Amino acid sequence: MGKTKLSKNLMRMKFMQRGLDSETKKQLEGEEKKIIGEEHWYLDLPALTKRQSFLLCEDLLYGRMSFRGFNPEVEKLMLQMNAKNKAEVFEDKTEEVDVSDEEMARRYETLVGTIGKKFAKKRDRVSYEEHENGDVKLPKEKEMFLKPRD
Amino acid sequence: MLAPAMAEVVAVAAESLAGSRARAARTVLNQVVLPGEELLLPEQEDAEGPGGGGERPLRLNAGARSRVRVVCGPGLRRCGDRLLVTKCGRLRHKEPGSGSGGGVYWVDSQQKRYVPVKGDHVIGIVTAKSGDIFKVDVGGSEPASLSYLAFEGATKRNRPNVQVGDLIYGQFVVANKDMEPEMVCIDSCGRANGMGVIGHDGLLFKVTLGLIRKLLAPDCEIIQEVGKLYPLEIVFGMNGRIWVKAKTIQQTLILANILEACEHMTTDQRKQIFSRLAES
Repeated sequence: MGKTKLSKNLMRMKFMQRGLDSETKKQLEGEEKKIIGEEHWYLDLPALTKRQSFLLCEDLLYGRMSFRGFNPEVEKLMLQMNAKNKAEVFEDKTEEVDVSDEEMARRYETLVGTIGKKFAKKRDRVSYEEHENGDVKLPKEKEMFLKPRD
Repeated sequence: MLAPAMAEVVAVAAESLAGSRARAARTVLNQVVLPGEELLLPEQEDAEGPGGGGERPLRLNAGARSRVRVVCGPGLRRCGDRLLVTKCGRLRHKEPGSGSGGGVYWVDSQQKRYVPVKGDHVIGIVTAKSGDIFKVDVGGSEPASLSYLAFEGATKRNRPNVQVGDLIYGQFVVANKDMEPEMVCIDSCGRANGMGVIGHDGLLFKVTLGLIRKLLAPDCEIIQEVGKLYPLEIVFGMNGRIWVKAKTIQQTLILANILEACEHMTTDQRKQIFSRLAES
């Protein structure tokens, strides 16, 4: 039995597109664009956008200025804003880390124990205290109720 | 700056009246242009043959369009496919920095009356406080509105300390001929960046808009020389207002007089005045 030819509009519907693979989709899209592009009319005028602002015409400095230390905050701002305009500022130096990685790892190791102690029951807290010479051991597994076998 | 231009203007006017053909924008750069002149963009000079009527037909083919995106700045308007000059002054052009073609054309004109433009940083005076907004006089046709939440760190409980009569340095977010201008004192990230209430004391005075742009140019010698005199602080508003402050009232007044007068002084006169000041 030969394949029934489905109409173009049916093929464009969303539920029919789901089964297609990406290549066929791209092809269909390309065809659609060509059809639309050919039908579009346009004015053959140059693209002229109108902007009222002087800001993009001339490179102007930042409007607040301070000289010879009269207002230190404004002087800092001046450097910041004028550098931003010239797009010079690029943070090359890597951020100084407050705490080194090793210290972080050590801190976390003991942290697990201290937080665990908070949530442990009184019975389990005993096992924590036994091992308080530095290394932390997790409390033994919780004993569950065992159903008696017949 | 203006006197030699007058002679140029007469010559130019005579020429353009005689010819009455649109000139190419490229040939008129840095020359005086008058309102009503039409300028051709570079890409159209070839198409403009003898007796070019200025009629451009509509085309249906999606052929390769070699369009360069040109921005027309203040003082120019689009008229068909040409630029129409609406203010008198010198025509300027800036090449595009990062390749998104065309560049900017604008007219460097002089005026005292400010028209609010979006993105401009201005100095305003608070004239009224009504409910949640302040009315700020910026020198335009109507006072701009400034919401009390448009300050850094302002919340409904934590209101900014702004009184009637304070000076505000802010920028416009809405400024067109159909709506009331609105300004804010924060940038798009929510930081103040120097905007907000300008401190007490100091002196506010008005100058022409062209002078502000001249003083804010990156290579302005006047500002560099002024900065060497004594410790001072200046705020420039694009609406023609300048606020200055120095340690004593006399120094502040001297500074204000210099800035007002430097518009009409030649370089030599200015250097003379600065050297006399440096001595005293």
